Amino acid sequence: MGPVRQFVRKPMGIIGTVMLVTVVLVAIFAPWIAPYDPDEHVTVTPDDVLAPPDADHLLGRDDAGKDVLSQLIYGARVSLIVGFTASFMSMFIGTGVGLVAGYYGGRVGNSLMRVVDFLMVIPDLPLMLVIIAVMGRGLLNIILVIGLLGWTYAARLVRSQVLSVKERQFVLRARSLGASSLRIIVRHIFPQVLPIIIAQAVLDISVTILYESTLAFLGLGDPTLVSWGMMLNFAFERAISRQAWWFLLPPGVAIVWISLSLVLIGNTLDEIVNPRLRTHHLFDPRRMVALVIGTRPPAEADTTRQ
Amino acid sequence: MERGNYLLRKIAFSATTLVVVLIFNFFLFRVLPGDPVRLLIHSPRMTRESQERIRAQFGLDRPVWLDVDSLREGDLVGALDSQFSAYVRNLLRGNLGISFASRRDVSEMLTERVWRTAVLVLGGEALAIVLGVSVGLVAAWRRGSRLDTAVLLWGLFSWALPTFFLGIILLILARGHLPVGGMATPGLRPQDGMTYWIDVAKHLILPTITMAVVYTSDYMLIMRSSVLEVLAEDYILTAKAKGLSTFRILRDHALKNAMLPMVTKIALALGYTVGGAIQVETVFSWPGIGRLMYEAVQKRDYPVLQGSFLLLAVAVIAANLLADMLYSVLDPRVRAD
Repeated sequence: MGPVRQFVRKPMGIIGTVMLVTVVLVAIFAPWIAPYDPDEHVTVTPDDVLAPPDADHLLGRDDAGKDVLSQLIYGARVSLIVGFTASFMSMFIGTGVGLVAGYYGGRVGNSLMRVVDFLMVIPDLPLMLVIIAVMGRGLLNIILVIGLLGWTYAARLVRSQVLSVKERQFVLRARSLGASSLRIIVRHIFPQVLPIIIAQAVLDISVTILYESTLAFLGLGDPTLVSWGMMLNFAFERAISRQAWWFLLPPGVAIVWISLSLVLIGNTLDEIVNPRLRTHHLFDPRRMVALVIGTRPPAEADTTRQ
Repeated sequence: MERGNYLLRKIAFSATTLVVVLIFNFFLFRVLPGDPVRLLIHSPRMTRESQERIRAQFGLDRPVWLDVDSLREGDLVGALDSQFSAYVRNLLRGNLGISFASRRDVSEMLTERVWRTAVLVLGGEALAIVLGVSVGLVAAWRRGSRLDTAVLLWGLFSWALPTFFLGIILLILARGHLPVGGMATPGLRPQDGMTYWIDVAKHLILPTITMAVVYTSDYMLIMRSSVLEVLAEDYILTAKAKGLSTFRILRDHALKNAMLPMVTKIALALGYTVGGAIQVETVFSWPGIGRLMYEAVQKRDYPVLQGSFLLLAVAVIAANLLADMLYSVLDPRVRAD
């Protein structure tokens, strides 16, 4: 069965894909969907501040009297842009480092892995906080910091895969035919590792999005853009005592929505490309038989037959 | 001998990491425009002489890294007399500078707060480890059952749930039942004895639960996959063939062997836990290092940021070294590979 057909058969993957597509569509068509422009200047009366939802403002208004729904819609753009670009960066670096460290091994590989160990020990969030606090909180800085610090896990994963792939017959054959190291890495090893990289990349995007929103919540979001984390920062500082749930909950739910969609897709992909043992020695024997034959366990099958 | 070798390598690695962190921490904050004295003393009315004196006091009249002129004259000691060595000297004396915002000694502020963060992190970690390990063990044993599916789904969901948002939700839900902010009810002081400490414990409940919920699911998933691997080993089959009860196999064979990789993972996860503490302390105004960092970010209080980051990094590096040592005691098979 091809990987696409396997994916389509898994409900979690389908649910995740649908959830992700809605966010992508919302982000692309934000100017058409959003009822108001978040950048436009509004004249605000005291009653407008944190006004509860009504027909004109379906999710009420924020602490500056602006429409919450419109900001929520535009916020999808920041999450997706940061998520995809920073993850692409870290997967690119991680794959490169992993391929080189795994293929060459020896002194080069070891020193690369020491760098990985080093970065893994340093606490991520405090490090990102100090760097962005010093360098400035523009979108580009945020992407660079998350992307340049987040590649260690990918590097480890790719390296461990390369270590096993490079001992396989087809690599040895290519080498004995006189293929160069670069050619072996690019044409023979990389394609073997790619499926696992893709599954990991999808999971990595969710991590990146969570980092971006956490930084924004801690007051380090790009001040010129509306992001979900920053909305939560404003809401937390100013709306929580007013019980303005319409300002507090939607951005949080949106963050959970987008990252959950990616986790569901990534986990499904991971199950397909990285099959694991499905049974062990303390397994219920009836379940084991059911797994091998591919039917439901007998007890459950009986009840459905009635 | 081999274990000695292994430990030496781990200590050397931790020491190198520490040195790199020191160098990074020093240079990152040198990128800032203007010099620290200018940032500390805004008054243009201060005389040039007093400014120079303060600069000399902090070693800022020296070159940043190396004094090349002295090096050329063959004066090695003079060459090393730089801003960096002044920074290291001050660090060794426990001097982390003065907060821009409160004018207080940074190391004093950190010592006052460090145990508050430690209580929160250790409490949350302990809860998460106990819960995560036991649920993960049962889920792996009952692989494919409803419980296992629930564990997996919960694990995926909580991966997607930002720590700070979980904190906010718990804060809204618990308002009116439990204290949701600060360390103690205003007016109560340590001099009040038991009442004060009980009050502090109550303030700790929500932050600790938030930490525990987030990290339980991580440990649960790691433990689950670790146990699954162990249960597929042949010695489990042997134990079963010997007629051991399932409970004893799980306790004596599965748990012990699956715990080994957990030790390293728990130590590595401590880095994330520290990040979680920043969020949780921010949400619940728990006055620890995390809340201090949040406030320092808002006020651009760089000495406080620099000091807090250094403290957290050192703590996590030390915890990792400790875990490596523990690992070599628990698992005699470790080699210096």
